This record gives sequence, structure tokens and C-alpha cells, in this order.
Amino acid sequence: MLQVAVAKQLGAFRLDVQFDLPTPGVAALFGPSGCGKSTTVNIIAGLLAADRGRVVLEDTVLFDAQRRIGLAAEWRRIGYVFQDARLFPHLSVAGNLHYALKRAVGRRYVSLDAVASLLDLGALMHRRTHQLSGGERQRVAIGRALLSQPRLLLLDEPLASLDRDRREELLPYLESLRDQLAIPMVYVSHRFDEVLRLATHIVLMQSGTVVAQGGIGAMSLDRHLRSIIGPDAVGAIIDGVVLGRDFANGLTRVRVGRGVLRLQTPEMAPGTTLRVQLLARDIIVSTQMPRHLSVRNNLQGKVTAIDDDDGNSDLISIDIGGAQILARITKSATRELALQPGSPAWALVKAVSLRGHSFIAFHER
Amino acid sequence: MWLSPSESEALRLSLSVATRSVAFSLPAAILVAWVLTRRRFIGRTLLDTVVHLPLVLPPVAVGYVLLLLFGTRGLIGSWLERVLGIELIFTRNGAALATAVMSFPLMVRAIRISLENIDRGLEEAARTLGAGALDRFATVTLPLLLPGLLAGAITAFSAALGEFGAVITFVSNIPGETRTLPLALYSALQEPGGEYAAARLAVLSLVLGLGGLLLSEWFARRVRRILGR
Repeated sequence: MLQVAVAKQLGAFRLDVQFDLPTPGVAALFGPSGCGKSTTVNIIAGLLAADRGRVVLEDTVLFDAQRRIGLAAEWRRIGYVFQDARLFPHLSVAGNLHYALKRAVGRRYVSLDAVASLLDLGALMHRRTHQLSGGERQRVAIGRALLSQPRLLLLDEPLASLDRDRREELLPYLESLRDQLAIPMVYVSHRFDEVLRLATHIVLMQSGTVVAQGGIGAMSLDRHLRSIIGPDAVGAIIDGVVLGRDFANGLTRVRVGRGVLRLQTPEMAPGTTLRVQLLARDIIVSTQMPRHLSVRNNLQGKVTAIDDDDGNSDLISIDIGGAQILARITKSATRELALQPGSPAWALVKAVSLRGHSFIAFHER
Repeated sequence: MWLSPSESEALRLSLSVATRSVAFSLPAAILVAWVLTRRRFIGRTLLDTVVHLPLVLPPVAVGYVLLLLFGTRGLIGSWLERVLGIELIFTRNGAALATAVMSFPLMVRAIRISLENIDRGLEEAARTLGAGALDRFATVTLPLLLPGLLAGAITAFSAALGEFGAVITFVSNIPGETRTLPLALYSALQEPGGEYAAARLAVLSLVLGLGGLLLSEWFARRVRRILGR
């Protein structure tokens, strides 16, 4: 567990945050630019001292203002991937990696070979850092941070300086990091799509404070998050479990809540966890068991809440048994269907986005 | 050889004095430049001013101050002689000290500019990788400082070759011990019919100076290429 409860005054900006993150796991510090995300990770790393509060990682007190404890950054064993990579220009790629490896203390859980194959660094080893593309630089920076054998990895917008294609290219590496190494990570981002693919936990920040935090499933329903990501990105995120494959049509059956969705996915073993996103705008609500429809996926449940979304539409929360989904419908539809908390409802799912991949290795540990 | 015995003696002495001068002042210059760029303390402006004094004082005045401090009866000079057996006055080490003091501001300046250009983020990155303060300095700051260090050293070396006033005041003009090129040039001009000898020495100084500048430029380019800038 990483426990952070700190305050820091920086000129006119005041940071006052408090959150606990389960480890291992990937926690996203998410929020608009300038909300204090980077300041927070700098405090966790020890590059910046908080004015008051505590930072505790597992059973190690890294910082405690009251007890005057402040472990130096170089002793914290916290890896840091900076937005601008910060590779040493006077060393080659291999030199940068060895720099970290040589100074690593404690149990070595990642070897140079493992990092090289995980991040495809083999061909880059003898390059100088200025001969690398943006994406390659970040891969080396991630590898370097890993080789210091950190207990926690901080990533401060590692993709922010990359264009869209490079970003897409790097994301799978971050996913395999999460799934294969089970190293706790704090991932700073202001882009929700990255958070969706990587995070297991979200800390939502706004102007120096934490406005909401929780597991990604619960957070996907949070109204603060909704207001930041915009109406089109609103939708429940559910970790479903693969049940099996329909041989007739090649679709994978995935259990979400009490219901079952049939999805097009790559071949997956039964029991695999799969993260799906059901966007609120892609869901049709019916108060009767739907028949004679082309939509294959429908989930039965009960309306638990009706929230005003904007002037014209409502967001309907539907409990589908152990999971919540959100549907956006017009206010007139809410009236005509006489929806209210407790009403039975069928959610017809027009589209499902697959977010994130198998979490098997990750969950086993 | 093209040079007369006394010319080659002056040349060798000049190179020896300049080398010692750079060796004396380089570590101190690194320290002072680092303190001036990285630390905020009371008396920082005073230190900055004192370091730059040799640029604005007449060299003869600097030599005189050195004489007062490092002379046989001077505060530091008497201690050095008594405790360590080091004699500075009328020796080539004394000449090196005088040139070191004179070229010190140039060196500090070059190193300081270079230090200010180092991305502090790289040192932070080294910290997060477990490098302590000394480790960081030796493995990140110093290598990145190298271009500035060399530029500073070469400039100081060239300046040391040409230093006249402070040397002649502090350690006098002794052939074979403190008579460096500029002092030899001056002596030649004092002698009747010494114009030709003086001209030869002037050309020699010119060649040395040009060589130093070219070397420094060549090196700076090489380093830039390695660092990819």
C-alpha cells in the first residue's frame, strides 16, 4: 500500500492531497494540466519536500513532517520515468541502463536481459541517446528506471511528448510492464484513454486536491470524472470474465455482472479477465424484455439512480447484478418509460470497447 | 632547432608555468563556480566580486598583494615555508601562482556558464536511480561539464602564457626560473639591438596563442558531436 497525505505551498498554488493506493496495481493520477499531479509524484519520489504530512510505502516511512523523517530520493528505491526521458547524453543506451543497474540495491527482480526483451531494447544498446526517436527514448528511460530495481515506479506523463502513433506504439509496452512485472506504478496522465488501458485505480485531482478516488470500475461512474472527460467518454468500465467461445459465430462470451455479453475478441482462455467499457451513449434502455431486435447483447437489471446529465438527457444507472452500467437517454424517454429507481430495465448494448487486456498474471500475484 | 637556447628555455618555462597554473586553479575554479551557481548564501556577491578582482586590478597590484601575502614574511608565505618547506617567491611555482590568480576569473566564468547550461533534471534522474551527491557530481555533472572545463582550462592556459605584470612583480625576472616568454620579450627590448630577438619571441607567442585557440575550438566541436548538439 502506498499512503500519501501531504500538503505543499508553491507560490500561489496549494497542494493538499490524500490517497491510499493498493499495491501492486497501477494507480493513475488523473486530472487537467496544472492540478498538481507532477508535484505530487515529485513529493513521492523525494525530489520535493512537502510542508506537512506523510508518505508511507508498504512499511517504510519515506516522509513524515511531524517526526522529521525525510528519506533522501537516492535511498527511496522509487523509479521515476520523466516526461522528457532525461537520458544521460554522455552515455550510450547501454551506459544509461548500466548506470541504474550498478546502483541498484536489494533484491534484483529484473535483469538487463529481461528489460531488453520486454522493451525491445536489444537493437538500441550501442546507440547514443540523441540518435533515438521520442518513443525509443521513453522505452530506454522506462528500462533504466526498472533496472534500478524500484519498489514503486512513477511515470509522469511518459507519453505526453509523443505523437499519436508513437503513443500507440508505446502503450503495449506499458501494459506488458503491468502484467508481467507486477511492480506498483503511479501513472500521471491527463489523457483518459491511457488511464483506461493501464490503470486499476484512479485518483482524480483538480486544482491541488483529490476530488475522488477508487477502483477504475467505481470511478467510471463518478460524476466528477464525468465532468472532466466529457459526455462522449462517459461509460461504465467493467472487468468481465471470459466464459468461453461460441463456435457457431466465433464470439467470446464474457460475464459482466449477472449478464453475459458476446464479443469479438482474440482467442482467450476461460477465466481470463477482460476490461470492457460500455459507453453511456451506446446503450439503449428498455423496460420490457426486448424481442425482434438486431442487437445481440442485452443485460437485465434494475434502475438504481437517475441523474440529470445536461438539459436534454438523463444518465440512468442500472445495476446488472454486481456491476453498474450507465445509459444516456433523453429526458422525454425517461418520462415516457416512467423510469424511476427500482424500475426493472434491460440495457441493450450497441457497442462494446475492449479496454485493457488480460490481467491474468497480474491478478495471480 | 630554430630556437636559440635562451628562447627554448623561455618557451619550456612558459609551458611549465602555465601547466602548473592550470593545475593549481582548476579544482578551485570548479569549486568556486559550483558554489556560485548552485548555492545561495550570505557573502555570495562578495565572493563573486573577489574572484573577478584580477580582471579589473592592474596586474602589478595583484603581484604586489601576492608579495605581501606569500612573501617570505607574508602571512601565508612564512607558514608555507616553515611548515611545508614550500618557497614561492622567485620560483616557477610562484610564477604559476601569480598566473593562476590572474587567469582564475576567466576559468570560473567558463565553468560557470557551462554549469548553468547543465539540465538539472539529469541530476534529479541520477538521484532517483540511487546516485548520492558525490556520485552524481562525478558521473553526471562533471562529464557534462567537460566542454566548459576544457574551454576554461585552455583559455586560462593561454592567458597564463602571456601574463606579465603579476609575474614580474611577484617573482621577478630570473632567467631559467621565472623568465617566461613575455618576460624574455620585455628583457630583449631593454637591451640595445634586441629588436630582432624580441620579434622572434613575439612570433613564438603568436604561434602558441593561435595553437591554443585552434585546439580549444577543435575540442569543443568534438565534444558537441559526441553529445549530439
